[in-house]
Amino acid sequence: MIDFGYTLTRDRQLDYDRGDFRYLKLVKSLEPSMDLCIGCGSCTATCSAAGFTNFNIRRLHTVIRRGDPESIKAELKKCMFCGKCQLVCPRGVNLRNLILAMNRAIEILG
Amino acid sequence: MIKFNLFVLPFSLGLIYIVTSIVMHYYRWIKALPAVDKVKLSAGIRTPSKVLASLKEIFLEGLIHRKLWKRNPLLGYMHMSFAFGWFLLIVMGNLESRVYHGAYINAPYYPIFLKFFIHDRLVLFFEIFTVPAFFRFIMDFLLLFVLSGLVLAWIKRKQSKWFGMKQTTMHNFFDRVALSCLWLIFPMRLLAESYTAGYFHGGGGFLTQNLGNLLVMITPGPAELIAYFFWWTYSLVLGLFFIMMPYSRYMHIPSELLLIVFRHCGIQPRKWGSSFSDLEVRSCSRCGVCIDACQLNFAAGINTIQAVYLIRSQREQYIPENIAQTCMLCGRCQEACPVGIKIDSLRLIKRREIGSGQVSDFSYLTNPHPGFADVVYFAGCMSQLTPSIPIAMEGIFKEAGINYLFIDRNGSICCGRPLMLAGKDKQANELIEFNKTLIRQTRAKLLVTSCPICYKVFREEYNLPIRIQHHSQYLLELVKDGKIALQSQHRRVVYHDPCDLGRGGNIYQAPRELLGKISDLEPVEKDRTNALCCGGSLALMGTSMRTKDEVTLDALESLLAGDPDILVTACPLCKKTFSKLSKTEVRDIAELVYDAIPSRKTRIAGTVKDPEVVIS
Amino acid sequence: MDNTVIVIGGGISGLTAAGMLAQQGLDVTLLEKENETGGHLARWDRLFPDRKKASEVLDFAMEGLNKVKIVTGVAITGISRQDHEFTVSTNLRDSGYGMQDAGYQSPVPSPQSPVPSTQSPVPSPQSQYTASALLVATGFDLFEARKKEEYGYGIYNNVITSADLEEQFKSGRKVLTSEGKTPGRIGFIHCVGSRDEKVGNLYCSKICCVTGVKQAIELKEMFPESEVFNFYMDLRMFDRHFEELYYEAQQKWGVSFIRGRLSECSENPDGSIILKTEDTLTGKPLKMTVDLLVLLSGFVPSGGTRGISKMLGLQEGTDGFINSADQHSQNNLSGIEGVFLAGAIKGPISVSESVADARAAAAQIACYLSSFKVTND
Repeated sequence: MIDFGYTLTRDRQLDYDRGDFRYLKLVKSLEPSMDLCIGCGSCTATCSAAGFTNFNIRRLHTVIRRGDPESIKAELKKCMFCGKCQLVCPRGVNLRNLILAMNRAIEILG
Repeated sequence: MIKFNLFVLPFSLGLIYIVTSIVMHYYRWIKALPAVDKVKLSAGIRTPSKVLASLKEIFLEGLIHRKLWKRNPLLGYMHMSFAFGWFLLIVMGNLESRVYHGAYINAPYYPIFLKFFIHDRLVLFFEIFTVPAFFRFIMDFLLLFVLSGLVLAWIKRKQSKWFGMKQTTMHNFFDRVALSCLWLIFPMRLLAESYTAGYFHGGGGFLTQNLGNLLVMITPGPAELIAYFFWWTYSLVLGLFFIMMPYSRYMHIPSELLLIVFRHCGIQPRKWGSSFSDLEVRSCSRCGVCIDACQLNFAAGINTIQAVYLIRSQREQYIPENIAQTCMLCGRCQEACPVGIKIDSLRLIKRREIGSGQVSDFSYLTNPHPGFADVVYFAGCMSQLTPSIPIAMEGIFKEAGINYLFIDRNGSICCGRPLMLAGKDKQANELIEFNKTLIRQTRAKLLVTSCPICYKVFREEYNLPIRIQHHSQYLLELVKDGKIALQSQHRRVVYHDPCDLGRGGNIYQAPRELLGKISDLEPVEKDRTNALCCGGSLALMGTSMRTKDEVTLDALESLLAGDPDILVTACPLCKKTFSKLSKTEVRDIAELVYDAIPSRKTRIAGTVKDPEVVIS
Repeated sequence: MDNTVIVIGGGISGLTAAGMLAQQGLDVTLLEKENETGGHLARWDRLFPDRKKASEVLDFAMEGLNKVKIVTGVAITGISRQDHEFTVSTNLRDSGYGMQDAGYQSPVPSPQSPVPSTQSPVPSPQSQYTASALLVATGFDLFEARKKEEYGYGIYNNVITSADLEEQFKSGRKVLTSEGKTPGRIGFIHCVGSRDEKVGNLYCSKICCVTGVKQAIELKEMFPESEVFNFYMDLRMFDRHFEELYYEAQQKWGVSFIRGRLSECSENPDGSIILKTEDTLTGKPLKMTVDLLVLLSGFVPSGGTRGISKMLGLQEGTDGFINSADQHSQNNLSGIEGVFLAGAIKGPISVSESVADARAAAAQIACYLSSFKVTND
């Protein structure tokens, strides 16, 4: 895409080249096991909150990874922190702490 | 009679310093108490029974060190000889000083350095039955008592295992200076008194006199001067110790005394901290008992986050986040702590500081009417991953003919405790309020839960006007009321106390009584208050699964040492955690109870099914 | 040093290797703990990808065994070694069975073998066998699906494993629900006990993917009106014709595939199963009721493998399977002289791979023994 310095519409694709990876870096330093995810979705499937509302922990952590953290800020507040996700993750991702880390990242980076 | 010498000055200055410091500390702690606690304190110190109880505990814990005796006799003796021995030295020294002086009030240094000023010789045989001789004997005996503790302390530095301690605390600079002084005080006293007695051929008891005679005989040089040197050193190390005390761990001694009084007046730790917690922090003796009690230490090799380090960093005004977060809050250290510090609440205060900045949004929760019932059954989130537990419970409810409501059958709203463990109390309260409404609407008189985590928070935070029971209590009650009849299956089982049910909920007996009826319950090495955590604790943040597995494996090794048929627990999270790594079958107590109902009409949960029946 | 070989394990790997060795003129004894040989293969109906009958493959392997001394129903109690000779001690597992006479016709008892097999086909409770080479082919066990309690095997009647289903196919009966009804909707769950830190198995069992596709097709054949869903994390169609089978499942049979791992399931009063997963491709949690749920159980090292491994001091990998001396060029060598490995003892493997691996092991052993002869002469 040619950069004219201005744009009429926002890009709809994930623009990896202009992604915001500060969150990823911080969250990863707080919970390194986030790298182990293979996107199986069992965390979301078992999630207590996901039974009631649009809260998808797998997606949240994937969008941080893709450098598009904006969309997660409102959603992350819905977590009840019950820890079921952590008990089903087949990769041993420390999910509760990962959510805590994402919260910290939002707190620190805004 | 001469009653002064220049060498008493270091001691006297030190004494003035420490007394002033203690008074100021006491004043500050009391002044900073929340108003409610102040009322409790002033009422408490006017209640004779509470004062007596405080004094009794001060005597038993502060001087005799009863808890340490229970833990290890050598450790108990070591502490008792120091504390009680020194205390008696002061008391008897004061009495002794009065023998030589009619005055009721002496300068504080006078009894301490009495032997410098008084050294008459007891000549005649009958004089050994006199009062001065009695005191000389007693004082020497007490000195020997303290010195024996000192010898043990030296040995403990090298051989802590003999004292039942695998690891001791890493000390800081002030601690080391104070410790060196403390170790020097009594040898210096011994040498000073001995040389003086030897030089004057009198004034000492069986120890100091004989040692003094020997020392004067074998050491060249002017004995009087040597004695004087040791009196100076004695005074200097005493003074230095007192000056170091407020900056070292030895401040725990005066702090603990006040803490005991606070406790007996009914003052409790507060969620966001209070002067009570500050006092607890200062009351820690850094003995390191908590390090040995901690499974993260002995099972997973993490030895920098234990209570003693949390408290030390709190005193240094900065708690690193990982110290606050790396903890299972299993409560083992709290049980072991000889000072009885509520360590978990101290850690949670810090977690609240970290976790309070974030907000939650639970507006999505809707509240359809759950229906009515006599008994509300709340299985808990984790039970959805251990379906055998709710299946067994439902089967039992049906067998017993109970009008029950399985309120979280289709996915639960978390009880709130996991949020609290992460320091998010405000957010937890939203869930608590929501669940309270839900439970109240059922008009039930009893809430039964399968999850000890839920049980703890239901009891402590929900303020429900109905009875709350963990299923182990409830099932025992059903048996006692004759609602269900059980037949023992005679399987050899061991029982694992879940942290939140045992140490957290003080339920030890009900599950054991129940298991006694339906199985052959065998003992395990560490149980009840000393029970191990399964390693699955939701309180443990930021630690790898590997670490948790190490804790689990270690606990399993201990629990399964007798090779039982079944490992029984009473918590879905414990069951899930153990099942991952156990080679022995792990089951919940409810499943066993259900299996033990001989007349059961419904099918048995968790038993092997016949494939032929499945697909015909 | 002579030309004797003991093969431990009478599954497809052990049988194939024993046949190959015997045909090369070696003196082979095969020890099997079960009362019959054939291992897992004997319980299966048809094999992927071409749906060949498992019994035909087994029969083929058995054909070469007329010169092999087969001892079944024995547990190995100890293995000792002196110079180049191994002594394997056994115990009878069950008194009802003993030596299975699979056409064994050697009238001359070999001097190494203490078992006078012609006189008495039933060995005494304790026996000893000696040989110059050992082939360990103790294979795998299926992951015990009950360990995934949240999946409900052993709790809900309509949750079965792929092995249960295979036995059902083999019996020739119709696959019905526990209530005796035709299952209108069937779910297959991939990766049960595989790729799962929560059961301590990080590895992929490799053959469950294609097994799920094969069994889905077979159920569609049986019940064309039923819906069949495969819940997967990745579909690993690693071998020849596998991808085509997947293609066929979609195109010809209308099998559906949903990318998401099962988190837990529960049971309806009518016995049907509600499963919870995330449809990761739409990013939404998904709830589905099925009449029959099939769990594709993965591989774990067999009890025999673990036992023999301890006796011999074999190299165990972090996954519990046995490591060979080199995965590329010495994959049948154990690292211990005279001890060879074949089949699923080294990790998940298909039947065709087992056959190839067993033959490779047989060739290795033959070379090993003949080179010894040269040096000894």
